[in-house]
Amino acid sequence: MSRLRALGAFLWEFVVGDDWRIALGVAVALGVTAAVAGAGATAWWIPPVATVGLLAVSLWRAAARG
Amino acid sequence: MTGSQAGLALSVLLACSVEAVEALTIVLAVGATRSWRSALTGTGVALVLLAALTAALGPAITALPIGVLRVVVGGLLLIFGLQWLRKAILRASGLKAMHDELAIYDDELVAAREAGAVATDGIDGYAFLVSLKGVLLEGLEVVFIVLTFGANQHDLGLAAAAAAVAVAVVLGAGIAVRGPLARVPENTLKFCVGVMLTSFGIFWGTEGAGGHFPGGDAALVAIVPATLALAVGMVAALRRRARAGSGHGEAAVRA
Repeated sequence: MSRLRALGAFLWEFVVGDDWRIALGVAVALGVTAAVAGAGATAWWIPPVATVGLLAVSLWRAAARG
Repeated sequence: MTGSQAGLALSVLLACSVEAVEALTIVLAVGATRSWRSALTGTGVALVLLAALTAALGPAITALPIGVLRVVVGGLLLIFGLQWLRKAILRASGLKAMHDELAIYDDELVAAREAGAVATDGIDGYAFLVSLKGVLLEGLEVVFIVLTFGANQHDLGLAAAAAAVAVAVVLGAGIAVRGPLARVPENTLKFCVGVMLTSFGIFWGTEGAGGHFPGGDAALVAIVPATLALAVGMVAALRRRARAGSGHGEAAVRA
């Protein structure tokens, strides 16, 4: 069990890293892109805009923590 | 070679070089202090495991439908790239300590010396395991990048070749220098890798989710410099913020 937990912790650290909000934000942004594209609207701009926002928020949070 | 293939080769080459430099530092430290034979055996076993993992996962990933592959792999690459870029920006703006191979080498030397007596016959367990773990952990990131880039471009061979060239160059340089490669501009390389991973992640994730960029693959020519400009701009903004903060601090002390 502890090995499974260790593997889970390693995979979390490997993929998600220091800020889980980035992973969640990317998943939400791609989901919204799929929904908007599925509705027939232009959606290519959503991930780039989300990337700018996610990176800015994550960096500013890190800077505020010092 | 197309522009996308050049981007693939360059991204894998840079990412693999960075990880190989970090793995080399660990192997050199335990090899120099304990046992070269054990350190190199651990390195060899790790490389075989990494190659087996790539060979096993590669065909499975490339068998996925291209839409699913692009959205899943593009999303993972975007998350991965943003984490690299975040760390690189924090380092470049002075908010996070720079990666220092010499300091890490010294720490590894001390740990290896304090790890008890060296096995005189057979394999030294400490040198073997530390090398194995170091190469395996650094190599997993390379395997991930090789698989994601290679599968999306349908060119796993080119991705694997770029990774092999990077390992050979770093290994050759390590043998020539006989020490950690402290002069490699590792932080700058990580910054570039972060930009490339994020750019390709944006492109593939978007295309996989059904949002098609105007111009198709040619959009990468705009996405990569735009991501670079964004990252450089954020470094400048964070530096200004830090200077303004220290200015306020000094004013408060004077008051």
